[in-house]
Amino acid sequence: MSSSTAIAPVGSRTDLQSAGAANGSEEQYVTFTVGSEEYGVNILAVREIRGWTPESRLPNLPDYVRGVINLRGIIIPIFDLRARFGGGLTQVTKRHVVVVMQVGERTRGILVDAISDILAIGHDAIKPPPDVDSGLIDAEYLSGLYTAENRMVTLLNVGKLFAGEHVDQDPAARTALEPT
Amino acid sequence: MDDLSRFKQTYFDESAELLAVAEAGLLRLAPGEVDMDEVNAIFRAVHSIKGGGGAFGFNDLVAFAHEFETVMDGVRNAEIPVTTELVDTLIRANDVLARLLAHAADETDAPAGTTDESVAALRLFLDKAGEPATDEAPAAPSPVVSPAATLYPDDEDDEAGIFGDALAAIQAARDDQPAPASGGPIPEGKVRWTIVFRPKAELLLSGNEPTYMLRALRRLGEAEVVCHLDKLPSLRDLDAELLHLSWTVTLLADPQVDRAQIDDVFEFVADDCDIRISAEAPPPAIIPPAAPVPVLQSSPVPTVALPEPVAASSPATPVATTSGSAKPGDGAKRTNGGAAGGDHTGPTTHTIRVDLDKIDRLVNMVGEMVITQAMIAEHLRDLPPGQFQELLEGLEGLAQHTRELRESVMSIRAQPVSSVFSRMPRLVRECAAMTGKEVMLITSGETTEVDKTVVENLVDPLTHMIRNSIDHGLESPEERERVGKPRAGTVHLSAAHRSGRIVIEVTDDGRGINRAKVLSKAIEKGLVQPGASLSDEEIDNLIFLPGFSTADQVSNLSGRGVGMDVVRRNISSLGGRIGVYSTPGEGSRFVLSLPLTLAVLDGMVISVGEERFVLPLTNIVESLRPKPADLHGLVNKCDVMMARGEYVRLVHLHRLFGIPKAIDDATKGLVVLVETEDGSRLGLVVDEVLGQQQVVIKSLEANFRRLDGVAAATILGDGRVALILDVAGLREMSRHGAATGGNTQGAGNSTPPSPSLPAPTDRTGQRQRQTV
Amino acid sequence: MKKKVMTVDDSRTMRDMVSFTLRGAGYDVVEAADGQQAMSAIATTTVDLVITDLNMPVMDGLTLIRKLRAIPAHRTLPILMLTTEADESKKSEGRAAGATGWIVKPFNPDKLVSVVQKVCG
Repeated sequence: MSSSTAIAPVGSRTDLQSAGAANGSEEQYVTFTVGSEEYGVNILAVREIRGWTPESRLPNLPDYVRGVINLRGIIIPIFDLRARFGGGLTQVTKRHVVVVMQVGERTRGILVDAISDILAIGHDAIKPPPDVDSGLIDAEYLSGLYTAENRMVTLLNVGKLFAGEHVDQDPAARTALEPT
Repeated sequence: MDDLSRFKQTYFDESAELLAVAEAGLLRLAPGEVDMDEVNAIFRAVHSIKGGGGAFGFNDLVAFAHEFETVMDGVRNAEIPVTTELVDTLIRANDVLARLLAHAADETDAPAGTTDESVAALRLFLDKAGEPATDEAPAAPSPVVSPAATLYPDDEDDEAGIFGDALAAIQAARDDQPAPASGGPIPEGKVRWTIVFRPKAELLLSGNEPTYMLRALRRLGEAEVVCHLDKLPSLRDLDAELLHLSWTVTLLADPQVDRAQIDDVFEFVADDCDIRISAEAPPPAIIPPAAPVPVLQSSPVPTVALPEPVAASSPATPVATTSGSAKPGDGAKRTNGGAAGGDHTGPTTHTIRVDLDKIDRLVNMVGEMVITQAMIAEHLRDLPPGQFQELLEGLEGLAQHTRELRESVMSIRAQPVSSVFSRMPRLVRECAAMTGKEVMLITSGETTEVDKTVVENLVDPLTHMIRNSIDHGLESPEERERVGKPRAGTVHLSAAHRSGRIVIEVTDDGRGINRAKVLSKAIEKGLVQPGASLSDEEIDNLIFLPGFSTADQVSNLSGRGVGMDVVRRNISSLGGRIGVYSTPGEGSRFVLSLPLTLAVLDGMVISVGEERFVLPLTNIVESLRPKPADLHGLVNKCDVMMARGEYVRLVHLHRLFGIPKAIDDATKGLVVLVETEDGSRLGLVVDEVLGQQQVVIKSLEANFRRLDGVAAATILGDGRVALILDVAGLREMSRHGAATGGNTQGAGNSTPPSPSLPAPTDRTGQRQRQTV
Repeated sequence: MKKKVMTVDDSRTMRDMVSFTLRGAGYDVVEAADGQQAMSAIATTTVDLVITDLNMPVMDGLTLIRKLRAIPAHRTLPILMLTTEADESKKSEGRAAGATGWIVKPFNPDKLVSVVQKVCG
């Protein structure tokens, strides 16, 4: 039904799993790029990684809410990480990637340029986020920084990244025509 | 009884239904016109709850149900007259029973004394009926005995009674002469029983079968069965349905086998038979003679002597059979076992119980099938025309079957609204009592069916609406008399199917909405700008705003911090709408409409720019392409179009939703004329109408959130998501859009529905009247 | 060949329990919710035993027993009354109508099976 360029679930990469298992204080992060930046999210939150499929737009929302897609019968919103960080809308191609994540009870996707790595990162190796000028990036959803070889990876707290988006703006009315 | 615990859920489900039956019946029970069928139904309901409760050992519940049932039995036998006090007591008893069931379901004990008051009240009626202690229940005069402690006469005691039957018959035999028994040495550690069994000739006609009794005896030990044929008539005179045989069974059994077990074999036939049972203990070394021998008296097993030297002593022609192959009764075997009586299960089960999850899975699968079918259709549309004719025809058939399948599956979930309506008389009664008003409830259309989920979600809104009508709508009896109305106010509750939706109306003949008061309250609360000019309809609908409360003081009844805004929220969460129409002095009418199902809808796919949307078919009046002359500008803000002789406000979907690359000029695109549930119309300007399609409703909120003007989402044939539009929401949005221009009035707003109060409709089902 | 038992009861719980218990003991079970249903079912299927409740809507148990006994083919059909009625009169009324025996509610599964075995093997 959709273009099936989905990448195999990352959990199947056994070499990395074993790397994580070696040290209990380590956790695995999926890292991806947006422009020249590299970001990471905890692998436990990642459900799957799939190729870009065209979204259906949602009206009257900030531009980083790209729209919704059909994920095997359920409808999930897609957020454009570049736009979220103020870099404008991503010009999507078939090579762009959606990281599908489980945030609480909700499933949502973030649009990124490419997956770059899966890293096992020890807690000690994570540095606290610096005092970022809160104009662009709200330190709230940064969980830390990690230096891999000579790249800097910004670790994201996905729970907080879209915290505002799952709150009903209108408490007086929940979704109409809610199935069952 | 662990095996039975699996039926608890069935029991609780069924009991809930039975409670409802009893309650409905009790609410209809009134002095004077006692409907015995109704009384019987109530009795049966309580009786069934008691019966099942006993199986699970819910003793408190059973004891209480028994008290309840006893009074119902009195009513049934016309020993207890039907009075208002009685009905009230019975309704309260039903409540107590419900509480006991709830405790049983939670596996908690009901607080001590839960039933005391009710039991005392129930017994009062028995006393009055001159039946201080019914045949069963102890009278318990002054202190109310906890029902748990009350003897419940239906179980073990009763068993004893049955055995009493059998024992009495057998006791009677004790004094008689001992009979000879089969001789032979009694093996070590065994007891020899001699059983002489002479059934009456009619035994078979009660369905009893001696063969089985003999078999049952054989299960108790090593048996030698002698069949006596002395009474057997000649073949010519033989009536195969009469029994002419008798038997003597010599049973060598272990000492653990006791008399009761043998008696039990003859439990049902003790009255119809001559049965003598005697026992011999292990031998104090007596060589049994070949001839009939008196029963050897020795202990510890009590010996029962046998009367008259029966057949066994003079076995005319003993057809002796040994324990291996005794089939004495076969000659009289029943004749109903034809060849057809095989292993097939009969057609008796008319209903089955199915787990709701299974049905939901089915519904989901059908939903996916609808999508897949649409997808195939979409692909085939690109095929060169003229070819693949058969494929196309096949697809058409598939579409038809899919639709039928969908409807069948949906009908499984459909339930009549009566399950909700039946709760309302009770509510009305209570509300009337609390407010001191007199209320007559009329219901109609309770057979109208709608999806189970919708039915379940109707309870709260309806409860609130009816409370609201009685509390705020109806006047006091005195006030009503002053204005020349009957003392008793009327609340009419009706349901009907209307264009693919269910419409439920709550109408009262009270004072109507006090618009001046509503408006001033709304202004006071900052909900409306002072000086704003609102239509009557708009003022009436202010009561649905969050936090709005019309009563001057919070009343006991409806003013519990929840208002009509909650009702509207609940209704809209089901994809429904609610509106109110009121005429001062004459009354108010609340109209709510809901989709029949919450899973699939018939929609029209439209396109705007590159986006596609689905409009519920039920909202669509028609689609048309206006001529330039049909369009009119209005205050430079919104366009108005003349359609079917009335002005309709145009709403450009692409403006409302900010969609690029869309057609702005209505004369170049299309206008879809839509109508909201309250009857107001709107012209949606879209690019194109792509076609009608059944769509599966998918939640947008599950992973995201609600959006204005959007009811839900769906997946189209190409796998992409399309939003299902919420027409009333769109109207609201466009109004707000207009309001930013400084005017709260969407001026071109189509005809407000007639504010007059129509007579209560009575479309389906009969009316039921309930005077309180 | 499995024996077939028909349980007639307006209480679903009771039917379920009887069915479950007897199926577990190797019987086939068919169900009917009242006497009327039982009569029409029995016209098309042969059963070896009927277990009927007494107090039911549409057609009560005693009427069912009488009607069955009036049909020659069912004159010797075993029929058990399933009842909570305490008083003897119900039982003797049942017997007069032609009932084979009775089971007193509440019963436990063993008791049910043993009574069923008693009247239909």
